[in-house]
Amino acid sequence: IGHPEIFPLVFTTKTQEIFNCRIDEDVTEENCFKLIKKEDIIQDLKTRATVSDFHPVKKVVLEYPGEELLVVFDAKFQYGQNFYFVASEEAKENLLKPPETAEEKEEEEEEEKEEEEEEEKEEEEEEEEENREETLEVHPYKPPVHKPWVSLGSEKEVEEESVKDTVTKIKYMISRVRRKFGAPITFADKNASNVKDSYVECTSYQDKTFSIKMLEKDVGIQMVPKVKEASTQTKWAYPKNAATQYFPRQLSNEEKEESLSSEKLKEFLTSVHLRMEIALQQNEIMNAFFDDWKALAEDESSSGGKPDVHLKAYQSFTDLHHLKDRTISCICWHPTIYGIIAVSVRERLSYEEQVNLCDKSLLQQSVILFWSFFDPIHPQLMLECPEDIYCFQFSPSDPNIIAGGCINGQVVLWDISQHEEKLQNAKTVADGVKKTAVNMVNASILNILQYIYPSLTQVQQSSTEPPLVRYCAVSSIEYSHKKAVTDIHWLPDYFEDNQVGATFENRAEICVQLVTCSPDSSVLFWDIPATKLPEQPSSEKVKEKEVLYMPPDVPDTFKHLCWKPLTKINLCESDTNREYGPVRISLRELHYHYKTSVNTLEVPAKESPYREMSTPSSKNLKVLENISTDFSVGTEDGEIVYSNWKMEIDSNVAKPHTQKYAIHTETINTLQRSPFFKDIILSIGGRNFAIWKEGVTNGPILQSSCSAGRYTAGQWSLTRPGVFFIGRDDGNIDIWDLLKKTHETSHFQNISESMITFISPWIASAKQHFLAVSDDLGVLHVLEICQTLSHPSRNEHANVLDYFEREVKYLKYCEQEFQEYQEFQAKTELK
Amino acid sequence: AEVEETLKRIQAHKGVIATIVINAEGIPIRTTLDNSTTVQYAGLLHQLILKTRSAVRDLDPQNDLTFLRIRTKKHEIMVAPGNISIKIIVELYVF
Repeated sequence: IGHPEIFPLVFTTKTQEIFNCRIDEDVTEENCFKLIKKEDIIQDLKTRATVSDFHPVKKVVLEYPGEELLVVFDAKFQYGQNFYFVASEEAKENLLKPPETAEEKEEEEEEEKEEEEEEEKEEEEEEEEENREETLEVHPYKPPVHKPWVSLGSEKEVEEESVKDTVTKIKYMISRVRRKFGAPITFADKNASNVKDSYVECTSYQDKTFSIKMLEKDVGIQMVPKVKEASTQTKWAYPKNAATQYFPRQLSNEEKEESLSSEKLKEFLTSVHLRMEIALQQNEIMNAFFDDWKALAEDESSSGGKPDVHLKAYQSFTDLHHLKDRTISCICWHPTIYGIIAVSVRERLSYEEQVNLCDKSLLQQSVILFWSFFDPIHPQLMLECPEDIYCFQFSPSDPNIIAGGCINGQVVLWDISQHEEKLQNAKTVADGVKKTAVNMVNASILNILQYIYPSLTQVQQSSTEPPLVRYCAVSSIEYSHKKAVTDIHWLPDYFEDNQVGATFENRAEICVQLVTCSPDSSVLFWDIPATKLPEQPSSEKVKEKEVLYMPPDVPDTFKHLCWKPLTKINLCESDTNREYGPVRISLRELHYHYKTSVNTLEVPAKESPYREMSTPSSKNLKVLENISTDFSVGTEDGEIVYSNWKMEIDSNVAKPHTQKYAIHTETINTLQRSPFFKDIILSIGGRNFAIWKEGVTNGPILQSSCSAGRYTAGQWSLTRPGVFFIGRDDGNIDIWDLLKKTHETSHFQNISESMITFISPWIASAKQHFLAVSDDLGVLHVLEICQTLSHPSRNEHANVLDYFEREVKYLKYCEQEFQEYQEFQAKTELK
Repeated sequence: AEVEETLKRIQAHKGVIATIVINAEGIPIRTTLDNSTTVQYAGLLHQLILKTRSAVRDLDPQNDLTFLRIRTKKHEIMVAPGNISIKIIVELYVF
């Protein structure tokens, strides 16, 4: 509401009646003004207080200065109510009168405005004006009267809005010379920095207040491996079977002939064959297969330092049952089966009793025991002997035949073919081992075996006892030696003697002959005769009477053997008629090698060759001329005798070619040829030993000095030509190495407390060399020979040979000297 | 005839087991062994000779192979190469 003095009021009908301003009666639209006295309003106010319509304007009414208040009927609700109250006199006056003036003013304005515009409106407005004027009052037209301007507060606004100069304006006047206006101007560049103060710059500087030291910075790093993909493609070659068939190119015969005859070939051959021949000769001269490296090593090992020489104890065997109070007289290794060794047992006698040996009846059974390495407690086999065996040997051609010489002069043979397999399989500890070898399937053999071994089978079942094998042949007493057989040897298989004494070729290649010697001054040659397998055991055979009764459990091998020696040689010194008592015999041709019988397993199937042998007819055999029939014997009295058994048909020669030497003081207990040199013999007896060379008649090549103890046994080493072992009566073994020392033993080792009775070396394998030593207590010691003792050094053979030859020369020289001396003596005596 | 004589003489040497003569291509011309063994020897040794000869000549071009001896445990094989043919001898030594 723009007019602050206008107050709209609502007049109720009651109020309208009171103040006579009823609508449409007192107050109409045209006549809307009503003057009401102030007092009336105040009275109304008093009477009706709040109900009065003037209540809201009560204050204004009370302050109204005039007497009469104007109330205007507002038909059009111009101010919101049906009546409005005018608060001020001036306004009242204005309304009452200026409605006219206002209308007039409005008219004038409108007229002024719309004078240019349409007159119809004017007329309308005029008509309205007139209407209004007519209704109100007809006022005479008065020209507007200027009234003083009433400030309503807009002066301030105007003032504010008006723009006035705050500062006095400054006037500048710039003048310039006229000619400079519009003149051409040349611009030039000028460096602003040259002129001082031509520019102003604001340089940047490091504001200290804003410097922050970066102490830690979080930086993230990521590593990315460079990955590159690459690929290749290969051709896959799958395996494919491919085969080529070819045959060598060969020239046809004509082509060969042609090329053979070509000149070029001839030239070639002439040029080449010389080279060939040179090469061949070279090979003949020197050993092409000589290994220099190895020889170098050997030199080093033998020359430097003291090699460890010893005999390592390998095993020892003893059996309390059989060997009580007995001693071992002879040791023999089984030639083919590894680890089997046989010992012969006899009564232990003092020396005097031994010397006065006569056949005593022995209460205890004498045996030959077979030991195996794998079972040191139980003997594998026992051979029954009629008497004590002094010496025995395996047959070289058939290791199942064993020949032994007894104390009473008989010669005994055993056949252990049935037990061979057992011996070979003696690896298991022999308790409860049932012999399978005997259970032979072969029916033909069983026929024979009806007679054989019923007692033996009994023995088998008691498995703790080793099987007992009876001898299968024994020589007749009247033809045997009178004294103990002290040495027995098989003759080599390539010759045999006949009764005449000539040696013949032995075609059968089996050892069939034995030679024995005995202190009854005879050397006997025995022939193992043919034995035919009897189809009727008790029939035929005129000789049956002479057949010694054989107990039934003896192999049939030599069943009807009336065994007589083939040849007898009496050793007697022709001039003094003294007889020698040979104790040991050594034949020159005694070298033989044991055949490893491949057919051992076939023995059950095949008959032993001995059964089918017949006396070889001496007609068709060739007489061997170049076999040496020399032999040498060592006697009871300590003499060495060389002799020849070939009987001289020409008996003009009274004295056969014999020589004797008396070096030793006691019985010779060893007479052995060196396994390397056929003419070197080692003889041991009493307190010294001697080495002889056949053909050297002056004396021994080497004779040892008297030693403290007696030498009781000795053997050459099988592998080293200059080494031999000697056993003594104090239980020591002396190892003599001729290349090292010849005046004393190189090494000695104590084996047992009692006297050593026999030594036997053996090569079991390339690495194992054994030495079997038996002592007086009946214990068999098996020792392993160490490498230095068993492996010969390079040229040892040649060295030893050299040594012997030197000794021979020396002997000759000595003899010469002696002869010269004698001559000289003789000369001087003559004078 | 001379050829025969020479070969016989060599074959008669003590210890010689066999003699083979092969031509430049390795085909045996003359032999004292059986055919299959000869062929085997020829094939194997021919290659060896070629190799040996080339090795010798590589080392020194002025040099040439005169003789080749192969000593084995049991035998010794001697090869004398020539231009057109090669002779092979197999020897045995027991020591």
